Amino acid sequence: MAETRTEEDRTPLIQLADIYKIYQMGDESVHANDGISLTIYKGEFVAIVGKSGSGKSTLMNIIGALDVPTSGTYLLGGEDVSDMTDDELAGIRNKMIGFIFQQYNLLPKLDLLENVELPLLYAGVPAAERRERAMASLERVGLKGKWKNMPSQLSGGQQQRVSIARALAGDPSLILADEPTGALDSKTSREVLDFLKKLNEEGNTIVMITHDSSIALEAKRVVRIHDGKIDFDGDVNEYAAIL
Amino acid sequence: MLQSFKLAIKSIWSNKMRSFLTMLGIIIGVASVIILVSLVNGYMSTVVENFASMGVNQMTVRLTNLTSRSVGVDDMYQFYEEHDDLFAQMTPQVSLNATIKKGNETLTSTSVGGYSEAYLAIKGYELEAGRNLQYGDITSRNKVCVLGSYGAQELFGSAEKALGETVKLNGYAFTVVGVVEQQEEDGPEEGGTDDLLWIPYSVAVKIAGSADISSYVFATADVEDTDTCKTLLEEYLYTFYKDDDLYRVMANSEMLDSLNEQIAMMSAMLGGIAGISLLVAGVGVMNIMLVSVTERVREIGIRKALGARRRTIMEQFVIEAAVTSSIGGVIGILLGAAVTSLAGGLIGIKATPTPAAVLISFSVSVGIGLIFGYMPADRAAKLNPIDALRSD
Repeated sequence: MAETRTEEDRTPLIQLADIYKIYQMGDESVHANDGISLTIYKGEFVAIVGKSGSGKSTLMNIIGALDVPTSGTYLLGGEDVSDMTDDELAGIRNKMIGFIFQQYNLLPKLDLLENVELPLLYAGVPAAERRERAMASLERVGLKGKWKNMPSQLSGGQQQRVSIARALAGDPSLILADEPTGALDSKTSREVLDFLKKLNEEGNTIVMITHDSSIALEAKRVVRIHDGKIDFDGDVNEYAAIL
Repeated sequence: MLQSFKLAIKSIWSNKMRSFLTMLGIIIGVASVIILVSLVNGYMSTVVENFASMGVNQMTVRLTNLTSRSVGVDDMYQFYEEHDDLFAQMTPQVSLNATIKKGNETLTSTSVGGYSEAYLAIKGYELEAGRNLQYGDITSRNKVCVLGSYGAQELFGSAEKALGETVKLNGYAFTVVGVVEQQEEDGPEEGGTDDLLWIPYSVAVKIAGSADISSYVFATADVEDTDTCKTLLEEYLYTFYKDDDLYRVMANSEMLDSLNEQIAMMSAMLGGIAGISLLVAGVGVMNIMLVSVTERVREIGIRKALGARRRTIMEQFVIEAAVTSSIGGVIGILLGAAVTSLAGGLIGIKATPTPAAVLISFSVSVGIGLIFGYMPADRAAKLNPIDALRSD
């Protein structure tokens, strides 16, 4: 593995070792992830890039503890997530991961505050503290004043900021952004990417999944997936060079 | 938990029409259980009340006297006196088929009977005018009678005018010595409770042309002792007849018991039929909850991605179903109570929903929500977050 990082003593957050995810499609078995090993350290901003069908979504599901690999081990923050039950995975997602989705995935019938409160609700945070933390989170994305609004009253960019606020509310170890700019125009995409960069500078670990190499260039490190395997892993400048 | 309730109410409120239609099934089901059970109970308690006013503490003895084995009036009085702690009253009873005449007027439906002076007390009636039959009337075989208010009004215009007048009974002239107070609230009717005429049993036996008396009416001091009294009577009669086909003791309270049994059965049956509609309503709840789960697959996916456990999702949907059906239940109870008192008023019976009917139908409706909400909720809880997030 091309490990070009300078600080070798940093703590690993994500440790994927020989991950296989095999789907049975009739008689054929499809290797969506075909032996992936990858380590991501705390404080990194990694873009996982790949064409549709490359297996990057499968990898994202595994990293996001939404799914478990067919074989291989996945340590998230030192904890083995590879064969956890449904409910244990839910707990890990709740505690460790802040999701940012392409479609924002806000609940349309809840106001912004309630949406941002959701992960805290599932973490069992008491109501008063929940509200306070969710408000603080909304303030970070500059939407505190609109907390009473419903998601449908906001623009796409604003909705994505709410989903970022929701991802941040639980103070997760990892922010996992799945095509975060996929549904946005170039101006708002810029805003969201700058915001992610800012979060990274503040010390958050960010993993961003994208099919778009130009978006991937916003990260510090790029991992490219092709046919279920990693075919590039390196510094963003190296990636820019091979494009 | 509290959060789940809030969510449930929010979800019900945001789908008002659909929630209402779901509830409608429960509302109709619960209301019909309450209405049917309450009306049957109300109607039957009216019947029972009427029946009870006929005297639950009464028992009738019927004898078949043979030339070799017979029981006479004196034997019966002896028994009565021996057990005056258990029996309050006793009278021989001689029923007559007789028409009453006064001049050209004739009464044909009047229930005419020969009794002792005790009959007034057994029936629990009061006199409006005059006097009751007396012991002396019986021993002297006086041709006197006590008339019901129907006869008094029809033949004489009023109770007072009837006193001292004469009526003819199968050709024999009887002097009216007393008039019984009107019993029926709506006024005396031909053939009704107030259409009666009592004469001394000693006289009645002669008119009937029979040698002895084959029927007696006893009133027990306490309804609770009915069984004891009946057994004592039967044992006493057996010593004379040595054959239990020759006498029969019938207690009114036994009829009341069997009537009550029938009521319970009827109300269980009707309640059961209405209960089926509750079951159908439950299937409706399940149907809507399944639709709700399907519609909200994406929501469920988001919630699960954010850390909702199976239990949490399960709780959300089960509580939603239970809240829907219990709101329906409460509305159904109110509707049922309203219709019951309205219908009861129209039919003219006192019908109020019994606490049991209310309690049962409410808990059944909540139970339906829980049971029929479980399957859809379980389906929701087991959704794979990836698949759920991918759906639109």
